[in-house]
Amino acid sequence: MSDKRRYERPVVLKQQTGFMNKFGSGPLTHPKSEIDGIPVSELAERFGTPLFVISERRIRENQRRATRVFSTRYPAVRFAWSYKTNYLNAVCSVFHQEGSWAEVVSGFEYEKARRLGVKGEHIIFNGPSKTKDDIRRAIKEGAAIHIDHFDELYDVFEISREEDRTARVAIRVNCDTGVYPKWDRFGFNFENDEAKQALRRIMTSDRLNPVGLHTHIGTYMMTTDSYKTATDKLVELAAWLKTEYGHTLEYIDIGGGFPSNNTLNGQYLPAEQIVPSIEEYANAISTALLSLPYAKDELPVLILETGRALIDDAASLITTILALKRLSDGRRALIIDAGVNILITRFWYKHKITPAQPGGVMTENTAIYGPLCMNIDCIAENIVLPVMKKGDRLVIDYVGAYDMTQWMQFITLRPNIVMVMEDGSVELIRESENIEYLLENERIPEKLRSFSL
Amino acid sequence: MKIFEVPGYAAISETGFIFLGNTGETFNLNEIGKEIYELIKKKKPYDEIVSEIMNNYDSDQLTVERDLDDFINQLKSFGLVTEK
Repeated sequence: MSDKRRYERPVVLKQQTGFMNKFGSGPLTHPKSEIDGIPVSELAERFGTPLFVISERRIRENQRRATRVFSTRYPAVRFAWSYKTNYLNAVCSVFHQEGSWAEVVSGFEYEKARRLGVKGEHIIFNGPSKTKDDIRRAIKEGAAIHIDHFDELYDVFEISREEDRTARVAIRVNCDTGVYPKWDRFGFNFENDEAKQALRRIMTSDRLNPVGLHTHIGTYMMTTDSYKTATDKLVELAAWLKTEYGHTLEYIDIGGGFPSNNTLNGQYLPAEQIVPSIEEYANAISTALLSLPYAKDELPVLILETGRALIDDAASLITTILALKRLSDGRRALIIDAGVNILITRFWYKHKITPAQPGGVMTENTAIYGPLCMNIDCIAENIVLPVMKKGDRLVIDYVGAYDMTQWMQFITLRPNIVMVMEDGSVELIRESENIEYLLENERIPEKLRSFSL
Repeated sequence: MKIFEVPGYAAISETGFIFLGNTGETFNLNEIGKEIYELIKKKKPYDEIVSEIMNNYDSDQLTVERDLDDFINQLKSFGLVTEK
């Protein structure tokens, strides 16, 4: 064995004077060398990088904890998995095995849920753009149609008559929860009585069965009071329906929007320090809901469409350093093989990025860029990292929500996704794309088939 | 053959801490950086520094040269060495 010392790139750092940051966290010198017990190096060598790695165990733990927290505060709780947050079949199936229904926002997502074996009656169909065919199918299959606007309401009314079937419907309600800008583009407004107007119209139809009320007050909501305000308003509407029409609802759907532990761009403190716990959200919602003037055996089911908070920390992205550069101001820069086309949430978050191998004690301010030949492809503008070298790997955490649905094929192809199973095995759950996949749907006109250069 | 020189007002401690007497600026070097800086101070030529590092550390010539070039550029930009 060689008695030579481990090589590390020589580094000189200028000492900066300035104010101490009392909130500052220590440098990331502890590597993240395993994911759920599987060495990062093994995963990278077997499946290549970039590589999304999803933990089955973590998804189940998150879902079970959320169910326990809400169920201990309210007697009837049902989660509906938000497909748009992550609609990989394997991910959806874990949530369905844990008892979650499907919450979909398009005909395509609806079809995905049905192909997975979710019955129509266990699908909540949200969104502002359902086609008539979508609505017809949902009515026939008994899905709950969450109506977004009056044009849709009349479509549902007309199709239910054509089909001579009763449609299970809810309305989406938007309301002032004290958070600005107001989310009023979806659903019927509470404050101007548009919601009541929609409910009146529904109650006059013998083909529409109003089974619930729905709201979704925003995304990455950091105040629990807003949930209490929104729930209070839905409770008021539900009480009005009972008084006015003697109608009791099957459920009240509070939507999602709970934050994950990802720190927002521009946020000073780390998310772990300022995001309310799921218990605080549960307290706010259940306290408001229990004030509903329903008999005990009539209490509606509380439906939650929590996405991000259940999946974000269950996925990591392994990436390899392709090159090191020096910027004109002397700062260190890295080029990695994962770009913003597969890490779309980079535009919202300062991700937690950790080396996958041990490093020295010296750290450098580093900029991290992706592989795209686009100036926007910046993964971290300034992060403190140990001295890295070409070929080293980084692990980017909290990438479970939206990255694997909003990602795009752009300059590079989308990579493999694996799931580390509870028994420690590793399953490929989405194969990386290839050129054939990309060209499959392209058509070239005959006159463009040949050229000479 | 490239030879670099450490200015007389640069003082280095045994832990790799550099103090520039002319400006009051301070710098930190990692272990290998300190070794290289001391070799430069002894007026060792570039090729000898490369050989020395390769003898002591587990690395190849290409990597050592690439990193040494970048390191010396940094030292020059901070006024910690001059090229003779």
